[in-house]
Order: sequence, then C-alpha cells, then structure tokens
Amino acid sequence: MCLGIPGQITEIDGTEATAEFWDVEKTVRIDIVDEDVEVGDYILNHAGFAIRKIPDEEVEETIEIYESFLEGDEDEALEEIGGEPDERLGIGGD
Amino acid sequence: MAVESGEPDLQFRDPEKAEQLTDRLEALMDDIGERVTIMHVCGSHEQAIAKYGLRSLLPDGLTIRMGPGCPVCVTDMPEVDEAVALAEDGKIVATYGDMLRVPGTEKSLDDAKADGADVRVVYSASEAAEIAEEEPEREVVFFATGFETTAAPTAAVLTADPPENFSILSAHKYVPPAMEVVAELPDTDVDGFLAAGHAATITGYGLFEEFVEDYEVPTVVGGFEPIDILFGLAKLLEFIRDDEPGLANAYQRCVSEEGNVPAKETMWDVFETTTGEWRGIAQIPEANLVLREEYRQYDARERFDIDVDTASSNPLTEECLCGEIMAGKADPDDCDLFGEECTPQDPVGACMVSSEGPCKIWLEYGGQPDI
Repeated sequence: MCLGIPGQITEIDGTEATAEFWDVEKTVRIDIVDEDVEVGDYILNHAGFAIRKIPDEEVEETIEIYESFLEGDEDEALEEIGGEPDERLGIGGD
Repeated sequence: MAVESGEPDLQFRDPEKAEQLTDRLEALMDDIGERVTIMHVCGSHEQAIAKYGLRSLLPDGLTIRMGPGCPVCVTDMPEVDEAVALAEDGKIVATYGDMLRVPGTEKSLDDAKADGADVRVVYSASEAAEIAEEEPEREVVFFATGFETTAAPTAAVLTADPPENFSILSAHKYVPPAMEVVAELPDTDVDGFLAAGHAATITGYGLFEEFVEDYEVPTVVGGFEPIDILFGLAKLLEFIRDDEPGLANAYQRCVSEEGNVPAKETMWDVFETTTGEWRGIAQIPEANLVLREEYRQYDARERFDIDVDTASSNPLTEECLCGEIMAGKADPDDCDLFGEECTPQDPVGACMVSSEGPCKIWLEYGGQPDI
C-alpha cells in the first residue's frame, strides 16, 4: 500500500492518463501529480494516482551521489542529499 | 526506477555497490563501537529488507526494527467492525485488497463477503467512485485506509464531485505523530529513523525537521531498492557516529524538501487530524485523518447509523503481539502464535495479513536469519 511504481505515460485524456509499467498498461489519475506531465514522462504511480513526475536525470544523479559517497567524499554526498554536514538542524550547530 | 522501458532499476540492486556499502556500514559500526537500533516506518521497507536478505548483510550490533509503518496493521479493530457492519447492512463496501482478511472483533470483510455481503477489491479510490457511478441505486462506501500516500488520492476523489451515493469510511492515518509516540516509548530504544520514501514523496522531507530537532534522533528518508536502503542506513550511521541528530534525504529521485505541494494541499483541504487508536500501540494525538466539515456529506459515519456488533472476540487476539511489533518492542518470532495458530491462511492479527505486515513478511522470507 505504500510502494509507488514507476511507469511511462503513453496517453493523456484530461485528468486521466495511460501509463506503461514494464509492458503492462494501466490507467492512472494525474490530478495530484506535482507538475504538468506529457506523453513520454515517467511518473511514480501510487494507488492509481501519479504522485510524482520523475526526471530521468535524477536516476543518474542518484547513482553519482552514491558513488561519490562510496569514494569517501561523504560531505559532498551529504550536501547533495539535503543533509547539512556542518550544521546540526536547529540544535545550535555552527 | 525504470529509465528505459522494460529496464527495471537493476542499477539500484548492483551487488558490487551493495558490498561496498556493507563494508562502509561495518567500518561505521566499528567507529561507533556500540549496538545501534534503526527503526523504519514502512511496510515496503520491511518487504525489501526481507526479500533481498539485507539483514544478513548487516554488521554485528546493527539491528533494524519495523515501527508503525503498515497501515493495514495499525487499522483498529472497531474500524474493521464498522466496515463489516456497513457491508452486512447492504452497502457495497470497496477497499484495497490488503484489508479483506484483517480480523475485526468477530469477522473480517472476507467473512462478511462469504456470508453474502457485497465487498469489492479496488486498486484506487477513484475506482470505488466509479462503482458508485455504475450503481446509482446502491450506497457505495470506500473503506479508506493507508497513510499520506493513499490519503491524498482519496482526497482528490472527494474534491472531484463524486456521486451522491458515494461515501468514505476513513481509517486514514498520518505517520509523523506516531513516530513521535514511538520515539518517546520508554522501552523502545531507537537510535535513528529510516523514514518512508513514498509518504515523504507527498509530505516532503522538510516535514521531519521539527521531529529531528525535538527528539534529537537522526532521520533519513530512504528509497526501496537494496542500494537505497543500505545507503540510507550508512547516512544514519554517520549521523550516529558524529553524534549529530541530522536529517537527510537519501531518496532524491522521488522526494523533495516540500514534497508534492498540490497533493498535500488537496489532502489538507479535505482531511483534518484527530486523536485516534492505532491498533495495539496507543491513542495517538493528531494521527488519524477525518473529513473536514465541508466534506462531511461524504462521511459514512455521518451518513449511516453504524451498528457495530462487538459480541465476542477471538481469545487468541489477547496473545497477539502485533501492537508490540508495530511499536518496535518485539519481533514477529517473539509471538507464541507466529506460524502456529497465526498464519496468512488463518491470521489472528493484522500483521499476518497484509503484504506489508511484518509477520507475514517474516514467515514468507524466513524472518531474521541467525548470523
């Protein structure tokens, strides 16, 4: 119930779209997706609704972040993913 | 993530990267030098951890426990009883497949269906509204369960002017207050939280800033592929090593700081929070979602006089550890009923029903391996 599935939009009709999930086509609602979607876009489908448009480049970027982390550049990786290496959130860090 | 059609995200299951990450976990645990308990709050995390055998890869002293992250499991028995009562009263009750076999006090929706009630499995709230359109003479009640990820779609259906014979029985729940309760439990010792990636897709990771500040527990939002989970754990161990109650988003491809703003707005336009029971855990303030005044006409509890029959309950229910498991105080195999009197075919507690229920997952994948 909590797992979203990535799929690619193949057709759009108002607030509904057809999306392909590894060769299975399903109808998904696109009225609460976070930005406008077009045919060809990847979305995260959850319980019949697209809840996020997935930019292709973010998949590559994630891999790059993981790699930079594994290569020992922890601060850079942490900064990339929204952590604040030099600052404790609201706990009087410097 | 499927980048090319037909290419599942195998790069996030790369054994070499997994090995590098587990080496990193090992090194971090050496630096920390004491036992560490991480709690995740998502049934899909438990599924991935069990399915890919990630616990067997973890260094000694690092324990991952499941918290209150299975919406089916924390749905309170009287809520199931209400759905059963509506079905037995001739309404069409539509709900997610996971809910059918969850035991109420006396029976499950599946039992009611076997006795002739009209209970239907749907994959989305909009499908339930479509049934109402197709059957204008019948009352159709959507038994709405799940966290933010399903509450936002339910809200979207209600804002789209559904038919008059459609209503919802909300058992939707909101995770952050439950995390606070678990963080405060005296006998739950959690050093860090792995927060649920898809709930955060809706709410944004910024939501956890206050939690991290108030409870001083490091929190990392994590994805669901093996590499995502190992990476999330590594970030948590870094925070723990540095004694830093930090917050990080380790699932950047789906989660942003502010989340899905239109979905969030729709959800809060339709729902407000109220105090409610989480099965086996506690009354949790502000953790249940109920319809706001403007949408009350779609509230099945307002529309129908729900006569809940709570005549007798299964005596085994008393022995069920589902609540303790959801609170991170016990593992499935600590329960005397596990795999004996309680099985997926004949469940005593909700944790054995859902595909996200820890007991069902542990039974299916062999639980916690002895390393």
